[in-house]
Amino acid sequence: MKFISIFDVIGPNMIGPSSSHTAGAAAIGKLSRNLFKGEIKKVTLTLYGSFSTTYKGHGTDKALLGGVLGFEPDDIRIRDSFAIAKEEGIEYEFKVDHVTNPAHPNTVKIHFEGTKGEELITKGVSVGGGRIKIVEINGIEVDFTGEYSTLIISQTDKCGVAAHITSCLRDAKVNIAFLRIFREKKGQNAFTIVESDDQIPDQIIKDIEKHDQIHGVMLVQM
Amino acid sequence: MDFESGIELLELCKKEQKKISCIMLEREVAEGKLTEEEVIERLKVSWDIMKKSSVISIEKPQKSMGGLIGGEAKKLMEATKEDKRLCGDTLTKAIAYGLSVLEVNSSMGLIVAAPTAGSCGVIPGILLAMQETYEFTDRQILKGLLNASAVGYLFMRNASVSGAQAGCQAEVGAASAMGASAIVELLGGTPEQSLQAASIAISNLLGLVCDPIGGLVESPCQSRNAVGISNAFACAQMALADITHIVPFDEMLQVMFKVGCRMPVELRETALGGNAASPTGCRFNCFH
Repeated sequence: MKFISIFDVIGPNMIGPSSSHTAGAAAIGKLSRNLFKGEIKKVTLTLYGSFSTTYKGHGTDKALLGGVLGFEPDDIRIRDSFAIAKEEGIEYEFKVDHVTNPAHPNTVKIHFEGTKGEELITKGVSVGGGRIKIVEINGIEVDFTGEYSTLIISQTDKCGVAAHITSCLRDAKVNIAFLRIFREKKGQNAFTIVESDDQIPDQIIKDIEKHDQIHGVMLVQM
Repeated sequence: MDFESGIELLELCKKEQKKISCIMLEREVAEGKLTEEEVIERLKVSWDIMKKSSVISIEKPQKSMGGLIGGEAKKLMEATKEDKRLCGDTLTKAIAYGLSVLEVNSSMGLIVAAPTAGSCGVIPGILLAMQETYEFTDRQILKGLLNASAVGYLFMRNASVSGAQAGCQAEVGAASAMGASAIVELLGGTPEQSLQAASIAISNLLGLVCDPIGGLVESPCQSRNAVGISNAFACAQMALADITHIVPFDEMLQVMFKVGCRMPVELRETALGGNAASPTGCRFNCFH
Protein backbone atom coordinates (compact mmCIF):
# COMPACT_ATOMS: atom_id res chain seq x y z
CA MET A 1 0.00 0.00 0.00
CA LYS A 2 1.16 3.50 -0.89
CA PHE A 3 2.55 5.52 2.02
CA ILE A 4 -0.03 8.04 3.26
CA SER A 5 1.79 11.20 4.33
CA ILE A 6 0.73 13.89 6.81
CA PHE A 7 0.35 16.11 3.75
CA ASP A 8 -2.10 13.75 2.11
CA VAL A 9 -4.29 14.33 5.18
CA ILE A 10 -3.48 17.99 5.93
CA GLY A 11 -3.47 18.84 2.26
CA PRO A 12 -3.34 19.34 -0.55
CA ASN A 13 -3.03 23.10 -0.41
CA MET A 14 -5.46 23.86 -3.17
CA ILE A 15 -7.74 26.17 -5.04
CA GLY A 16 -11.31 25.37 -4.00
CA PRO A 17 -13.96 24.27 -3.93
CA SER A 18 -13.54 20.46 -3.99
CA SER A 19 -10.53 18.24 -3.28
CA SER A 20 -11.88 15.43 -5.42
CA HIS A 21 -13.60 17.55 -8.10
CA THR A 22 -11.19 20.51 -8.31
CA ALA A 23 -7.73 19.63 -6.94
CA GLY A 24 -7.92 15.99 -8.06
CA ALA A 25 -9.17 17.10 -11.46
CA ALA A 26 -6.20 19.46 -11.86
CA ALA A 27 -3.84 16.66 -10.83
CA ILE A 28 -5.32 14.22 -13.40
CA GLY A 29 -5.01 16.91 -16.09
CA LYS A 30 -1.40 17.61 -15.21
CA LEU A 31 -0.29 13.97 -14.98
CA SER A 32 -2.03 13.15 -18.27
CA ARG A 33 -0.41 16.14 -19.93
CA ASN A 34 3.00 14.93 -18.72
CA LEU A 35 2.36 11.63 -20.51
CA PHE A 36 1.69 13.38 -23.80
CA LYS A 37 4.72 14.06 -25.92
CA GLY A 38 4.33 16.99 -28.23
CA GLU A 39 2.44 20.22 -28.48
CA ILE A 40 -1.29 20.13 -27.82
CA LYS A 41 -3.56 21.21 -30.63
CA LYS A 42 -6.81 20.00 -29.17
CA VAL A 43 -7.93 18.29 -26.01
CA THR A 44 -11.31 16.60 -25.54
CA LEU A 45 -12.41 15.78 -22.01
CA THR A 46 -15.24 13.33 -21.30
CA LEU A 47 -16.71 13.37 -17.81
CA TYR A 48 -18.35 10.36 -16.14
CA GLY A 49 -20.25 9.67 -12.91
CA SER A 50 -20.25 12.42 -10.33
CA PHE A 51 -17.88 14.45 -12.51
CA SER A 52 -20.54 14.49 -15.22
CA THR A 53 -23.35 15.70 -12.95
CA THR A 54 -21.59 18.27 -10.76
CA TYR A 55 -18.63 19.56 -12.75
CA LYS A 56 -19.69 23.15 -13.31
CA GLY A 57 -20.25 24.15 -9.71
CA HIS A 58 -16.98 22.52 -8.66
CA GLY A 59 -14.93 24.18 -11.37
CA THR A 60 -13.93 20.64 -12.45
CA ASP A 61 -13.74 21.79 -16.07
CA LYS A 62 -11.50 24.77 -15.21
CA ALA A 63 -9.30 22.59 -13.03
CA LEU A 64 -8.94 19.77 -15.59
CA LEU A 65 -8.00 22.24 -18.28
CA GLY A 66 -5.68 24.07 -15.86
CA GLY A 67 -3.93 20.76 -15.20
CA VAL A 68 -3.64 20.12 -18.93
CA LEU A 69 -1.99 23.57 -19.15
CA GLY A 70 0.52 22.42 -16.52
CA PHE A 71 -0.88 24.19 -13.44
CA GLU A 72 -0.55 22.65 -9.97
CA PRO A 73 -3.75 22.29 -7.88
CA ASP A 74 -2.77 25.32 -5.73
CA ASP A 75 -2.15 27.59 -8.72
CA ILE A 76 -4.59 30.51 -8.72
CA ARG A 77 -4.41 30.63 -12.57
CA ILE A 78 -6.81 27.65 -12.54
CA ARG A 79 -9.58 30.24 -12.18
CA ASP A 80 -8.74 31.57 -15.64
CA SER A 81 -7.75 28.37 -17.45
CA PHE A 82 -10.34 28.77 -20.26
CA ALA A 83 -8.96 32.19 -21.19
CA ILE A 84 -5.34 31.01 -20.87
CA ALA A 85 -5.98 27.98 -23.13
CA LYS A 86 -7.43 30.32 -25.78
CA GLU A 87 -4.39 32.60 -25.49
CA GLU A 88 -2.12 29.61 -26.00
CA GLY A 89 -4.14 28.51 -29.02
CA ILE A 90 -5.27 25.22 -27.46
CA GLU A 91 -8.71 24.03 -28.53
CA TYR A 92 -10.74 22.32 -25.84
CA GLU A 93 -14.05 20.53 -25.69
CA PHE A 94 -15.96 19.04 -22.76
CA LYS A 95 -18.35 16.12 -23.15
CA VAL A 96 -20.55 14.54 -20.51
CA ASP A 97 -21.46 10.87 -20.46
CA HIS A 98 -24.40 10.17 -18.12
CA VAL A 99 -24.96 6.68 -19.57
CA THR A 100 -21.74 4.79 -18.82
CA ASN A 101 -21.51 3.69 -15.19
CA PRO A 102 -17.83 4.02 -14.30
CA ALA A 103 -16.08 1.84 -11.70
CA HIS A 104 -15.21 4.97 -9.73
CA PRO A 105 -17.66 7.89 -9.46
CA ASN A 106 -15.14 10.61 -10.37
CA THR A 107 -13.78 9.60 -13.75
CA VAL A 108 -12.54 11.55 -16.77
CA LYS A 109 -11.21 10.54 -20.17
CA ILE A 110 -8.78 12.95 -21.80
CA HIS A 111 -8.07 12.75 -25.52
CA PHE A 112 -4.99 14.71 -26.62
CA GLU A 113 -4.37 15.61 -30.24
CA GLY A 114 -0.98 17.10 -31.08
CA THR A 115 0.05 19.61 -33.72
CA LYS A 116 1.87 16.81 -35.57
CA GLY A 117 -0.98 14.33 -35.42
CA GLU A 118 0.14 12.62 -32.21
CA GLU A 119 -2.65 11.16 -30.07
CA LEU A 120 -3.02 9.97 -26.51
CA ILE A 121 -6.09 8.92 -24.55
CA THR A 122 -5.88 8.66 -20.78
CA LYS A 123 -8.53 7.84 -18.22
CA GLY A 124 -8.08 9.15 -14.69
CA VAL A 125 -10.02 8.83 -11.44
CA SER A 126 -10.07 11.16 -8.45
CA VAL A 127 -10.24 8.95 -5.38
CA GLY A 128 -10.76 11.58 -2.66
CA GLY A 129 -8.71 14.17 -0.82
CA GLY A 130 -7.04 15.24 -4.08
CA ARG A 131 -5.45 11.83 -4.65
CA ILE A 132 -5.73 10.42 -8.15
CA LYS A 133 -4.93 7.44 -10.37
CA ILE A 134 -4.49 6.94 -14.08
CA VAL A 135 -6.48 3.79 -14.84
CA GLU A 136 -6.32 3.57 -18.61
CA ILE A 137 -3.95 4.56 -21.44
CA ASN A 138 -5.11 4.19 -25.03
CA GLY A 139 -7.79 1.74 -23.93
CA ILE A 140 -5.53 -0.53 -21.87
CA GLU A 141 -6.13 -0.76 -18.15
CA VAL A 142 -3.22 0.48 -16.06
CA ASP A 143 -2.89 1.74 -12.48
CA PHE A 144 -0.47 4.40 -11.24
CA THR A 145 -0.58 7.67 -9.31
CA GLY A 146 2.38 9.74 -10.48
CA GLU A 147 3.51 10.03 -6.86
CA TYR A 148 6.62 8.04 -7.78
CA SER A 149 8.90 8.54 -10.75
CA THR A 150 7.10 6.38 -13.28
CA LEU A 151 8.07 4.72 -16.56
CA ILE A 152 5.17 3.74 -18.79
CA ILE A 153 6.34 1.36 -21.47
CA SER A 154 4.15 0.47 -24.43
CA GLN A 155 5.02 -2.96 -25.82
CA THR A 156 3.84 -6.16 -27.45
CA ASP A 157 3.06 -8.96 -24.99
CA LYS A 158 6.03 -11.15 -25.97
CA CYS A 159 8.62 -13.28 -24.24
CA GLY A 160 11.83 -11.43 -23.26
CA VAL A 161 10.45 -7.88 -23.20
CA ALA A 162 10.27 -7.72 -19.41
CA ALA A 163 13.81 -9.14 -19.15
CA HIS A 164 15.05 -6.40 -21.49
CA ILE A 165 13.34 -3.72 -19.39
CA THR A 166 14.71 -4.99 -16.09
CA SER A 167 18.24 -5.25 -17.50
CA CYS A 168 18.02 -1.60 -18.67
CA LEU A 169 16.85 -0.66 -15.17
CA ARG A 170 19.74 -2.59 -13.62
CA ASP A 171 22.28 -0.93 -15.92
CA ALA A 172 20.91 2.51 -15.02
CA LYS A 173 20.99 1.54 -11.31
CA VAL A 174 17.28 2.29 -10.86
CA ASN A 175 15.81 0.81 -7.72
CA ILE A 176 12.32 -0.51 -8.52
CA ALA A 177 9.55 0.23 -6.01
CA PHE A 178 6.81 -1.41 -8.11
CA LEU A 179 6.80 -3.14 -11.49
CA ARG A 180 3.59 -4.30 -13.09
CA ILE A 181 2.56 -5.47 -16.53
CA PHE A 182 -0.90 -4.82 -17.94
CA ARG A 183 -1.99 -6.38 -21.21
CA GLU A 184 -4.99 -6.14 -23.48
CA LYS A 185 -4.90 -9.73 -24.69
CA LYS A 186 -2.29 -12.46 -24.89
CA GLY A 187 0.31 -11.59 -27.53
CA GLN A 188 -1.12 -8.11 -28.14
CA ASN A 189 -0.60 -4.62 -26.78
CA ALA A 190 0.61 -4.27 -23.21
CA PHE A 191 2.03 -1.72 -20.80
CA THR A 192 4.77 -2.15 -18.25
CA ILE A 193 4.61 0.37 -15.42
CA VAL A 194 7.78 0.87 -13.37
CA GLU A 195 7.70 3.07 -10.27
CA SER A 196 10.77 4.23 -8.35
CA ASP A 197 11.41 6.38 -5.27
CA ASP A 198 14.22 8.21 -7.05
CA GLN A 199 14.56 10.19 -10.27
CA ILE A 200 14.86 7.88 -13.28
CA PRO A 201 17.60 8.96 -15.73
CA ASP A 202 16.10 10.21 -19.04
CA GLN A 203 18.74 8.23 -20.96
CA ILE A 204 16.96 4.99 -20.04
CA ILE A 205 14.15 5.80 -22.49
CA LYS A 206 16.47 5.35 -25.49
CA ASP A 207 17.92 2.12 -24.08
CA ILE A 208 14.50 0.61 -23.45
CA GLU A 209 13.20 1.68 -26.88
CA LYS A 210 16.01 -0.29 -28.59
CA HIS A 211 13.98 -3.50 -28.27
CA ASP A 212 11.89 -4.11 -31.39
CA GLN A 213 8.79 -5.18 -29.43
CA ILE A 214 8.71 -1.87 -27.54
CA HIS A 215 6.64 0.87 -29.17
CA GLY A 216 7.25 3.81 -26.90
CA VAL A 217 8.26 4.92 -23.43
CA MET A 218 6.78 7.71 -21.30
CA LEU A 219 8.54 8.99 -18.20
CA VAL A 220 7.03 11.10 -15.43
CA GLN A 221 9.49 12.30 -12.83
CA MET A 222 8.44 12.66 -9.21
CA MET B 1 8.13 2.98 12.84
CA ASP B 2 4.64 2.68 11.44
CA PHE B 3 1.13 1.96 12.64
CA GLU B 4 -1.87 0.71 10.72
CA SER B 5 -4.62 1.03 13.30
CA GLY B 6 -5.67 2.97 16.36
CA ILE B 7 -4.63 0.08 18.57
CA GLU B 8 -1.13 0.04 17.07
CA LEU B 9 -0.90 3.81 17.49
CA LEU B 10 -1.83 3.59 21.17
CA GLU B 11 0.66 0.75 21.69
CA LEU B 12 3.42 2.88 20.18
CA CYS B 13 2.45 5.86 22.36
CA LYS B 14 2.59 3.64 25.43
CA LYS B 15 5.84 1.92 24.54
CA GLU B 16 7.63 5.14 23.64
CA GLN B 17 5.86 7.24 26.30
CA LYS B 18 5.03 9.82 23.64
CA LYS B 19 2.05 11.81 22.44
CA ILE B 20 0.19 10.96 19.22
CA SER B 21 1.64 14.08 17.53
CA CYS B 22 5.16 12.92 18.29
CA ILE B 23 4.57 9.38 16.97
CA MET B 24 3.00 10.79 13.79
CA LEU B 25 6.01 13.07 13.22
CA GLU B 26 8.45 10.19 13.77
CA ARG B 27 6.47 7.98 11.39
CA GLU B 28 6.59 10.63 8.68
CA VAL B 29 10.37 11.04 9.02
CA ALA B 30 11.02 7.29 9.19
CA GLU B 31 8.68 6.16 6.40
CA GLY B 32 8.29 9.27 4.21
CA LYS B 33 10.61 11.37 2.14
CA LEU B 34 11.02 14.46 4.34
CA THR B 35 13.32 15.35 7.22
CA GLU B 36 11.85 16.55 10.51
CA GLU B 37 12.76 20.15 9.65
CA GLU B 38 11.07 19.87 6.23
CA VAL B 39 7.92 18.43 7.79
CA ILE B 40 7.76 21.31 10.27
CA GLU B 41 8.39 23.88 7.53
CA ARG B 42 5.60 22.46 5.37
CA LEU B 43 3.23 22.30 8.33
CA LYS B 44 3.95 25.98 9.02
CA VAL B 45 2.95 26.79 5.44
CA SER B 46 -0.27 24.79 5.86
CA TRP B 47 -1.03 26.51 9.16
CA ASP B 48 -0.38 29.90 7.59
CA ILE B 49 -2.89 29.24 4.78
CA MET B 50 -5.37 27.93 7.37
CA LYS B 51 -5.07 31.05 9.52
CA LYS B 52 -5.46 33.41 6.58
CA SER B 53 -8.50 31.61 5.17
CA SER B 54 -10.08 31.65 8.66
CA VAL B 55 -10.19 35.43 8.86
CA ILE B 56 -10.28 36.69 5.24
CA SER B 57 -14.07 36.44 4.93
CA ILE B 58 -14.69 38.06 8.32
CA GLU B 59 -12.85 41.13 7.11
CA LYS B 60 -14.01 40.90 3.49
CA PRO B 61 -16.94 38.59 2.73
CA GLN B 62 -16.34 36.30 -0.26
CA LYS B 63 -19.15 35.61 -2.73
CA SER B 64 -19.23 31.98 -3.79
CA MET B 65 -19.14 30.82 -7.42
CA GLY B 66 -22.66 29.45 -7.21
CA GLY B 67 -23.97 32.37 -5.20
CA LEU B 68 -25.52 30.19 -2.46
CA ILE B 69 -23.26 31.45 0.33
CA GLY B 70 -21.21 34.51 1.16
CA GLY B 71 -20.99 36.88 4.11
CA GLU B 72 -21.92 34.37 6.84
CA ALA B 73 -18.61 34.60 8.74
CA LYS B 74 -18.80 38.37 9.06
CA LYS B 75 -22.49 38.22 9.98
CA LEU B 76 -21.79 35.79 12.83
CA MET B 77 -18.89 37.81 14.24
CA GLU B 78 -20.86 41.04 14.10
CA ALA B 79 -23.98 39.57 15.66
CA THR B 80 -22.09 37.95 18.51
CA LYS B 81 -20.06 40.84 19.86
CA GLU B 82 -19.73 41.27 23.61
CA ASP B 83 -22.29 39.35 25.65
CA LYS B 84 -24.23 37.72 22.84
CA ARG B 85 -22.10 34.59 22.49
CA LEU B 86 -24.59 31.87 23.22
CA CYS B 87 -21.99 29.15 22.56
CA GLY B 88 -19.23 30.91 24.49
CA ASP B 89 -16.24 32.70 23.10
CA THR B 90 -14.11 29.81 21.83
CA LEU B 91 -16.84 27.86 20.06
CA THR B 92 -18.45 30.97 18.56
CA LYS B 93 -15.14 32.10 17.08
CA ALA B 94 -14.28 28.57 15.90
CA ILE B 95 -17.58 28.45 14.00
CA ALA B 96 -17.04 31.90 12.46
CA TYR B 97 -13.56 30.89 11.31
CA GLY B 98 -14.88 27.66 9.85
CA LEU B 99 -17.57 29.55 7.93
CA SER B 100 -14.88 31.92 6.62
CA VAL B 101 -12.73 29.09 5.25
CA LEU B 102 -15.74 27.66 3.39
CA GLU B 103 -16.40 31.06 1.82
CA VAL B 104 -12.79 31.23 0.63
CA ASN B 105 -13.04 27.70 -0.73
CA SER B 106 -16.31 28.26 -2.58
CA SER B 107 -14.93 31.36 -4.29
CA MET B 108 -12.00 29.41 -5.76
CA GLY B 109 -9.56 30.75 -3.19
CA LEU B 110 -6.57 29.01 -1.58
CA ILE B 111 -7.32 26.60 1.28
CA VAL B 112 -5.85 23.48 2.87
CA ALA B 113 -8.00 20.38 2.40
CA ALA B 114 -8.09 18.83 5.87
CA PRO B 115 -8.85 16.11 5.05
CA THR B 116 -11.00 17.39 2.16
CA ALA B 117 -12.10 20.73 0.78
CA GLY B 118 -15.73 20.16 1.78
CA SER B 119 -14.58 19.86 5.39
CA CYS B 120 -11.77 22.43 5.19
CA GLY B 121 -13.19 24.76 7.84
CA VAL B 122 -13.26 22.34 10.76
CA ILE B 123 -9.56 22.01 11.67
CA PRO B 124 -8.58 25.67 11.06
CA GLY B 125 -11.64 26.92 12.96
CA ILE B 126 -10.94 24.73 15.97
CA LEU B 127 -7.20 25.35 16.12
CA LEU B 128 -7.30 29.12 15.61
CA ALA B 129 -9.97 29.57 18.29
CA MET B 130 -8.01 27.28 20.64
CA GLN B 131 -4.86 29.27 19.97
CA GLU B 132 -6.57 32.52 20.88
CA THR B 133 -8.27 31.23 24.01
CA TYR B 134 -5.32 29.31 25.42
CA GLU B 135 -2.55 31.47 23.95
CA PHE B 136 -0.89 28.48 22.29
CA THR B 137 2.22 29.20 20.23
CA ASP B 138 2.26 28.24 16.55
CA ARG B 139 4.65 25.44 17.51
CA GLN B 140 2.04 24.00 19.92
CA ILE B 141 -0.66 24.30 17.28
CA LEU B 142 1.50 22.29 14.87
CA LYS B 143 1.28 19.45 17.41
CA GLY B 144 -2.48 19.72 17.12
CA LEU B 145 -2.16 19.42 13.34
CA LEU B 146 0.10 16.38 13.72
CA ASN B 147 -2.32 14.71 16.10
CA ALA B 148 -5.24 15.42 13.75
CA SER B 149 -3.30 14.02 10.81
CA ALA B 150 -2.73 10.72 12.65
CA VAL B 151 -6.49 10.25 12.97
CA GLY B 152 -7.06 11.44 9.38
CA TYR B 153 -4.43 9.02 8.10
CA LEU B 154 -6.25 6.09 9.71
CA PHE B 155 -9.50 7.25 8.08
CA MET B 156 -7.79 7.30 4.69
CA ARG B 157 -6.01 4.01 5.25
CA ASN B 158 -8.82 1.97 6.76
CA ALA B 159 -12.02 3.69 5.63
CA SER B 160 -12.54 6.72 3.37
CA VAL B 161 -12.61 10.51 3.37
CA SER B 162 -14.53 10.76 0.10
CA GLY B 163 -18.07 12.13 0.17
CA ALA B 164 -18.70 10.40 -3.16
CA GLN B 165 -17.77 7.08 -1.57
CA ALA B 166 -19.16 7.35 1.96
CA GLY B 167 -21.11 10.60 2.38
CA CYS B 168 -20.50 13.66 4.52
CA GLN B 169 -19.77 11.45 7.54
CA ALA B 170 -16.50 10.62 5.76
CA GLU B 171 -15.62 14.29 5.23
CA VAL B 172 -17.00 16.46 8.03
CA GLY B 173 -17.17 13.32 10.20
CA ALA B 174 -13.47 12.67 9.68
CA ALA B 175 -12.51 16.32 10.20
CA SER B 176 -14.59 16.42 13.38
CA ALA B 177 -12.92 13.27 14.74
CA MET B 178 -9.49 14.67 13.83
CA GLY B 179 -10.30 17.97 15.54
CA ALA B 180 -11.70 16.28 18.66
CA SER B 181 -8.54 14.22 19.01
CA ALA B 182 -6.32 17.29 18.53
CA ILE B 183 -8.21 19.32 21.16
CA VAL B 184 -7.69 16.52 23.68
CA GLU B 185 -3.93 16.46 23.14
CA LEU B 186 -3.65 20.28 23.20
CA LEU B 187 -5.43 20.32 26.58
CA GLY B 188 -3.13 17.66 28.04
CA GLY B 189 -5.32 14.58 27.59
CA THR B 190 -3.94 11.09 26.97
CA PRO B 191 -3.64 9.34 23.57
CA GLU B 192 -6.45 7.00 24.69
CA GLN B 193 -8.68 9.99 25.40
CA SER B 194 -7.83 11.41 21.97
CA LEU B 195 -9.07 8.29 20.20
CA GLN B 196 -12.09 8.10 22.51
CA ALA B 197 -12.99 11.64 21.46
CA ALA B 198 -12.56 10.62 17.82
CA SER B 199 -14.76 7.52 18.27
CA ILE B 200 -17.58 9.52 19.82
CA ALA B 201 -17.25 12.12 17.09
CA ILE B 202 -17.60 9.51 14.32
CA SER B 203 -20.53 7.88 16.07
CA ASN B 204 -22.33 11.21 16.49
CA LEU B 205 -22.17 12.05 12.79
CA LEU B 206 -22.77 8.50 11.56
CA GLY B 207 -24.99 8.40 8.50
CA LEU B 208 -24.51 12.03 7.61
CA VAL B 209 -25.29 12.31 3.91
CA CYS B 210 -23.54 14.36 1.25
CA ASP B 211 -26.30 16.35 -0.46
CA PRO B 212 -24.83 19.55 -1.84
CA ILE B 213 -27.49 21.90 -3.21
CA GLY B 214 -26.91 22.43 -6.92
CA GLY B 215 -23.91 20.12 -6.66
CA LEU B 216 -21.90 22.94 -5.13
CA VAL B 217 -19.56 22.82 -2.13
CA GLU B 218 -21.55 25.63 -0.52
CA SER B 219 -24.79 24.69 1.21
CA PRO B 220 -25.28 22.70 3.43
CA CYS B 221 -21.48 22.18 3.49
CA GLN B 222 -20.69 25.48 5.16
CA SER B 223 -22.97 25.02 8.16
CA ARG B 224 -22.07 21.31 8.35
CA ASN B 225 -18.53 22.47 9.09
CA ALA B 226 -20.02 24.36 12.06
CA VAL B 227 -21.54 21.07 13.21
CA GLY B 228 -18.20 19.30 12.79
CA ILE B 229 -16.58 21.96 14.95
CA SER B 230 -19.25 21.91 17.68
CA ASN B 231 -19.23 18.11 17.74
CA ALA B 232 -15.44 18.08 18.11
CA PHE B 233 -15.57 20.36 21.16
CA ALA B 234 -18.40 18.36 22.74
CA CYS B 235 -16.59 15.04 22.17
CA ALA B 236 -13.23 16.36 23.38
CA GLN B 237 -14.90 17.70 26.51
CA MET B 238 -16.51 14.32 27.17
CA ALA B 239 -13.33 12.36 26.49
CA LEU B 240 -11.30 14.62 28.79
CA ALA B 241 -13.81 13.73 31.52
CA ASP B 242 -13.03 10.06 30.79
CA ILE B 243 -16.38 9.42 29.16
CA THR B 244 -15.88 6.57 26.70
CA HIS B 245 -17.64 5.18 23.65
CA ILE B 246 -18.52 1.49 23.78
CA VAL B 247 -17.23 0.83 20.26
CA PRO B 248 -13.46 1.40 19.90
CA PHE B 249 -11.95 3.71 17.29
CA ASP B 250 -10.82 1.06 14.79
CA GLU B 251 -14.26 -0.52 14.78
CA MET B 252 -15.91 2.89 14.41
CA LEU B 253 -13.91 3.47 11.23
CA GLN B 254 -15.31 0.24 9.79
CA VAL B 255 -18.81 1.08 11.00
CA MET B 256 -18.63 4.46 9.28
CA PHE B 257 -17.29 2.97 6.07
CA LYS B 258 -19.94 0.22 5.93
CA VAL B 259 -22.72 2.74 6.53
CA GLY B 260 -21.22 4.90 3.76
CA CYS B 261 -21.09 2.02 1.28
CA ARG B 262 -24.75 1.27 1.96
CA MET B 263 -25.83 4.84 1.30
CA PRO B 264 -27.73 5.22 -1.95
CA VAL B 265 -25.76 6.99 -4.64
CA GLU B 266 -28.24 9.90 -4.47
CA LEU B 267 -26.85 10.75 -1.03
CA ARG B 268 -23.19 10.57 -1.98
CA GLU B 269 -22.22 13.88 -3.55
CA THR B 270 -24.30 13.44 -6.68
CA ALA B 271 -26.72 16.23 -5.73
CA LEU B 272 -29.67 13.93 -6.42
CA GLY B 273 -30.95 13.54 -2.84
CA GLY B 274 -31.35 15.20 0.54
CA ASN B 275 -31.24 19.00 0.60
CA ALA B 276 -30.33 18.99 -3.08
CA ALA B 277 -33.53 17.14 -4.04
CA SER B 278 -35.91 19.32 -2.03
CA PRO B 279 -38.25 21.47 -4.13
CA THR B 280 -36.26 24.57 -3.19
CA GLY B 281 -32.90 22.84 -3.57
CA CYS B 282 -33.89 21.64 -7.05
CA ARG B 283 -34.27 25.24 -8.17
CA PHE B 284 -30.48 25.47 -8.15
CA ASN B 285 -30.02 22.53 -10.50
CA CYS B 286 -29.41 24.92 -13.36
CA PHE B 287 -25.77 24.65 -12.35
CA HIS B 288 -25.70 21.08 -13.69
